[in-house]
Parts: sequence; C-alpha cells; structure tokens
Amino acid sequence: MHFIKTIAAVGGLMAMTSAAWAQEYPERPIQMIVPWGAGGGTDAVGRLLGAEIQKELGVPVNVVNRTGGSGVVGHSAIANADPDGYTIGIMTIEIDMMHWQGLTELTYEDFDVLAIVNSDPGGVMVSADAGFDSVEALLEKIKSEPAGTFKASGTGQGGIWHVGLAGWLLSEDLAPDHVTFVPSQGAAPGLTDMVAGGVDIVPSSLAEGRSMIDAKRVVALATMSADRQDAFPDVPTLAESTGSDWTVAVWRSVAAPAGLPEDVKVKLMNAIETAYNSEAYQEFMKDRGFGLRWAKGDDAAAIVATDDAAFGEVMTKAGLAAQ
Amino acid sequence: MSIVIEAANLVFQPYVLLVIFGAAAFGMFVGAIPGLTATMATALLVPVTFFMDPVPAIATIVTATAMAIFAGDIPGTLLRMPGTPASAAYVQDAYAMTQQGRPEAALGASLVFSSIGGIFGTLVLITASPVLAEIALKFSSFEYFWLVVLGLSCAVFISPGSPARGLIALFIGLFAATVGLDNPAAVPRYTFGSVEMMGGVQFIPAMIGLFAVSEVIRAFIKRASDVRPPAAMSKSIFRQQATNLVTYPVQALRGSILGTAIGALPGAGADIAAWISYAVSKKFSKTPEKFGTGHVEGLVEAGASNNGAMSGAWIPALVFGIPGDSITAIVIGVLYIKGINPGPMVFITQPEMIYAVFIVFLLANLIMLPLGWIAIKGARHVLSIPQKVLMPVILMFCMVGSFAINNSVFGIGLMLIFGIIGFLMEENDIPIAPAILGLVLGPMLEQNFVTSMIKSDGSFLAFFERPIAAGLGLFSIAIWAIPLVLWLLHRRSARQNLT
Repeated sequence: MHFIKTIAAVGGLMAMTSAAWAQEYPERPIQMIVPWGAGGGTDAVGRLLGAEIQKELGVPVNVVNRTGGSGVVGHSAIANADPDGYTIGIMTIEIDMMHWQGLTELTYEDFDVLAIVNSDPGGVMVSADAGFDSVEALLEKIKSEPAGTFKASGTGQGGIWHVGLAGWLLSEDLAPDHVTFVPSQGAAPGLTDMVAGGVDIVPSSLAEGRSMIDAKRVVALATMSADRQDAFPDVPTLAESTGSDWTVAVWRSVAAPAGLPEDVKVKLMNAIETAYNSEAYQEFMKDRGFGLRWAKGDDAAAIVATDDAAFGEVMTKAGLAAQ
Repeated sequence: MSIVIEAANLVFQPYVLLVIFGAAAFGMFVGAIPGLTATMATALLVPVTFFMDPVPAIATIVTATAMAIFAGDIPGTLLRMPGTPASAAYVQDAYAMTQQGRPEAALGASLVFSSIGGIFGTLVLITASPVLAEIALKFSSFEYFWLVVLGLSCAVFISPGSPARGLIALFIGLFAATVGLDNPAAVPRYTFGSVEMMGGVQFIPAMIGLFAVSEVIRAFIKRASDVRPPAAMSKSIFRQQATNLVTYPVQALRGSILGTAIGALPGAGADIAAWISYAVSKKFSKTPEKFGTGHVEGLVEAGASNNGAMSGAWIPALVFGIPGDSITAIVIGVLYIKGINPGPMVFITQPEMIYAVFIVFLLANLIMLPLGWIAIKGARHVLSIPQKVLMPVILMFCMVGSFAINNSVFGIGLMLIFGIIGFLMEENDIPIAPAILGLVLGPMLEQNFVTSMIKSDGSFLAFFERPIAAGLGLFSIAIWAIPLVLWLLHRRSARQNLT
C-alpha cells in the first residue's frame, strides 16, 4: 500500500516538474476579472480584449464579473489572487479614488499595471432647454448665483465625475461644492434626470451623452481635455473657453496582482498590445465612441500614479476624502 | 409601405430566420436554469453578434431575451424557483396550481399571455414611440420615488393574510437592501469589514434561498409526499388559454397597457410592472380571496404586464438612446457598433432598419408559442421524479445559480442564510414575496428619496411640486389612508350601535 502511494506521489511530482519544465506560461486558462456588471462599457471592453488575448496566447481567457461595492469587490479579487499570470483583470479609475474615500486599503500599488487601453475625458453638458450656448455663460451664471443653486449629477458620491466637477470649480476659484452634486447610478440616469429638469449639469464624458446630444436634448459645452476630441470637433476645451487648465479623464487598464514574474509580465503585455491593435478592438472602440489610448507597463503605471495624486488633492479639498 | 416591404426583405432571409430559431433555443435554455438571467444571456451573446449583420445581430438578442423571460417562469411554476423578480409576483399562484396537478395550465397561461403582452407592447412601440418617450422623459427622481412607493404598497396589500404580516416581510427585505456600499452616500453599512459584504445582498441568491431552499428544507423536515403527477390534460394547452382569454379579456388588456407604460419609463422595469399589475388585478377581481391559492387571473394580468414592460423598455432606448433596463443598455451598445445610432434621427435616416427591428419583435413573440409549448411538454416530466431524488438536484441547481451570479462562494452562503430565513418566515405565516420586492426596490427607494432631497435643499414639499409627482404622491397616500379612514369610521359606527 505504502509502496503504491510512494510510486504515485513520485510519479505525480515528476509529472508536475516535467510539465513545469516542458511547458511555459500559459499552460492553462486565464481568468479575467471585470469589477463591473455584465453589459456595461467596462464589461464590453474586457470581453473583447479577452477574446483577442485568447487568440494570441492560445489558451481560453474566461471573463468573470465580480461586481458590487462600487468596484471594491472586484478590484480586491484581482489584487488578492496569486501573481502567477493566471488571474488578470480590468482595473478602472476607481482604484485611484476609493482608498482616499476610506473604503479600502487597496491602492494601485497592489497591482502590476500591464497597460492602459482606453481613456475618455470628462465634459460639461447641460440640458438644451437651459439656454446656455457656451461654458463661459454657464460659469458666469454659476458665479453670480449663491452656492447650491446649480445642481450636477452623473456618477455616485465621490465618483469620477464628482471629482471632475470639484476639480473644475476649484480651478475657477470657486468652492468645490459651489455646485451641489447629486449622486446617481451613472451617467445615463444623470442625463435623463437633467432632461427631466432634475439637475442642471452633467460633467460626464461626452461619449456617454452622444445619443442625447444627437437628439438635440443635451448641449455639450466643453471637454475637460487638453485637446478637442475627434468625435466632437466643435466642442471647445476648457482652456480655450474659460482658461481653466483642469483636465480629467476616465481610463480602463489591464492589471494583475503585484509581483508577477518578469517573463510572464512581458508575455502578457505583448499579448495585450496585439489585442489593442487588432482590427476588432479598434473598430469596436470607434463605433462605441470610446476613446483609444495606449500606454504599457511603467508608462501606464505612471499615469495611474499621477491621477492618484491629483485626485487625492481635489478630494481632500472637496471634503470627499476620509479624515 | 415600401419601407415595410424593404424591412421584411431584411428579416425573411433563411440566415436570419435560422439565427432567430437558434437564439430562441438558447434563450429558453438559459432562462430555464434558475439563477441564469436574461441579462446574462444577452451579455453572452454580444461577442457572437460582432460577426453578424445588424438585423440578425439584433434579432439574436431580442429573441433570446423574450424567450429567457418566459422560460424563467418554468422553474418558478414547477419548483417555486422564480427566474426573475418579475415572475416572483405570481409564483405563489403558479406553484399552487402545480401542487393541484395543473402545471400545464399555469405555464400555458404564462406563455400565451406573455406573448400577448409582448405583442401589445410591440404595437405600441411601432405606433406611439415618440409621444410616449416624451412623457417618459418628464420623470425625475421625485416621480420615481412615488412609483417605488406605489410598488412597495402593492406588495403589502396583495400578500395573502394580514397586511401587518406583509409589512413585516417588506421590512425584512428593505433591511437586507441597506447592507453594503452601493447607497447614495457610498458609506459601508453592516459590512463588518468584509469586502464581500460591501457588495451587499444580491437579490438572485437571496431569491433562490427564500423560495427554493426553504422549500427543500420543508420537504426534508416534513417528508412531503410526492406531488401527484399531472393528470393528462382534458383540453390542449392553447384551447384552455382561449377560455382564459374569453374569461379575462379586460385583465389581459389592462396588464398589457400598464406593463408597456411602466416599461417605457427608464427608471422602472418589468418587476415593478408585474407587481403593480398583480395588485390591480386582485383589487378589481370579483374573487380576490382566491389570489395566491392557484388562481389564474393574476397570472394572466401580471404575465401580460411583464412582457409588455420588456417591449416598453425599447421606447426610450430607440427614441433617445436611454436604456430602460440592463438588457436595453447592452442592446444600445450593439446598435452603436452596428452603425445604427439610436435617437430621433434613426426613424428618418434608417427607417427600414427600425421596421426590421419591429418585425423581429413580432416574430420573437410568435415563435415563443410553439417553442414554449415544447418546453412545457418536456418540463412536466420533472414532476414525475420522486421528491427524494428531485430535492437534492434542486439544491445543486440553487448552488450553481447562486454561484454564477457573481462567481463567488459568498453567493452560496447568502442563499443558505436566506433559505433558513425563508423557512422560518413561512413557518410563521409571513409571506415571502414582499421581502423580495423590498430587496429589489429598497435601493431605488433610497436613491430616489436622497437625490430628491438634495435637489430640493431638504424640502419635503418638492415631492408635490411637479404635477406628475403630485398626482402619484396623492394616489399613494390615498391607498394607505382610505382603508385606515374606513376602518376608523366602521369602528365608530359599530361603537355607536352598541350604545
């Protein structure tokens, strides 16, 4: 009996080591965690990238949604996985905000950032009924009315567009809460509420308001980016119109738990780069109106770190950071 | 007319019809497994549609979702495991019919009236989209707050037994809905430092636990005797539904209208529609006491209502690109990829596309009838399985479904806890259904209340300042106040009679 067990154990060990020698990464399916719900923009980006990476690496890439807790649950699941390259995930900009809010200890330093694959700048949108034709006119009106007269919406409390709005107001020498922020479940409910007369401004990305802009219900007054956006060539930047230098953009990245072996990391980054440049991905992003942006490895990590610092400053001033 | 012919040419292609058939079978399969939702079916289909032309791509999604929503009624009826919160509204009646040996009658009603509601909603979509979308755009958080209050009130009043017990169940659900981080202020509540708890109580595992696991526990403890295998039907499934249609034409129409109207609101969907319709049905019924005991009337009205809402959700989606629910949110994305940008312009620039979509809608709701019939015929055999074999299998399915919703063991734990809660509730005659609605609508109630209060700078009067909000608000208050006033008057007159 002992003899058989020993044989089995030795055989098993040999099989394992020989497998490790003979095969290199990846030898089994890769799990890709998406911290947001099935059907959303992040989910679509993850599924499409996953399919392309699968073609490149030759093993299945299973996309798994881990939702809830404003992204905390899914991001924790990525960071807490083994750093062996078999668990990767889509890390979104919330990682740079939720630790400031005191929701989690988790920061971007718990991840190996592999690449940034998309970015969409914020904007300033108002209802067509409001009668503003420029962001200067809007800003003048905001300044002349008492604090709290104007309301804005488009994301949850302390979410990216809340921070974006506060940052813009600060850059215009206004209090960060001069415009009251009304939390919503996302840009779409915020836009609907604005058209129904519930709020005045939605500072979300222009891509999210595209159908309402086309329907002439919503007017895009400005983009919070350094240059005008290709999809909206007539919409000026903040710098062009009010002179504010504030910019903000959401990005989506592919990340793995920190401590990935170097060869695995390189292999993954190259696979993601090929996926990013694939026709399917490029066309999908253009058709959906999502912004294309590419940064790899250390460059991507630097962008994540810069945003983290900038958001920390604005959130502390706006009273959104935990004390 | 030439546009309609052009549109028909796009749809009646062998390839498109084949795709519709395949998607229908897929939707039927996904919907019939508890815990796998129509939203999940849609999300899984999106990568497949990348390789298709616009019309088959949209046909795939429309057909699969319509089918999945109906198929969710199958486990609900046979095993009391509702596939969606919308079918939870009438699961009590449907399951009671199964226990009386009439599962085919229940499923047949659900199938036929789902189809009727869906077709009605589509006709409204074709004829009145722009007008209805304008009205739907007038709804802000004030109006939605009152709508949610109405939905929750319905849950209390339709529950069998006393309203007090319904209220207890509702508060259990509302309490469970407060757990987690996804509230307006983004403050963690009752999470005890656990990351999983931050995600809150997801309603699919909770619903499976409350309804199905509690049933498994009961079968184990009480050693339930096997359900009588359904007797051979004297009438065919469809002839029986013809009788239902003759008996309840008003209910079917009312359910379709209400469902489509509620579905057209971006912030409200099939679940609220089904519950309100069920309550309306009971309120105006000649035999309200039969509701909950295996009576088909509520099934007819609420079944028509939730499929009407499915079609209604497309009204704001097509006219303004505003998603009415999670499924239309996915579809809007697919439309963009296919170069059909939803908005008022699409009716002018690509009318043949829009008409093709309409034709697909009608086809999807019609193909449901024969395929649903096959599914019902096959499903009844589930009941011939002895209980002691069936129950462990159900438990296994419960676990798969609870796990699949967020790919985490936490879901299974939630399911088991809610199974015990559900068992204890039913042992004490507390109805389960209101707890589900509390769990589903609790976050909406809070969200709409808090955002309204922020907008109005803390003034309660704002809930009555907008005309639609004022109407809905007064109506909600009346629902609660009138029975109370009547009861007080009744008591006073009774006392006067004594003296």
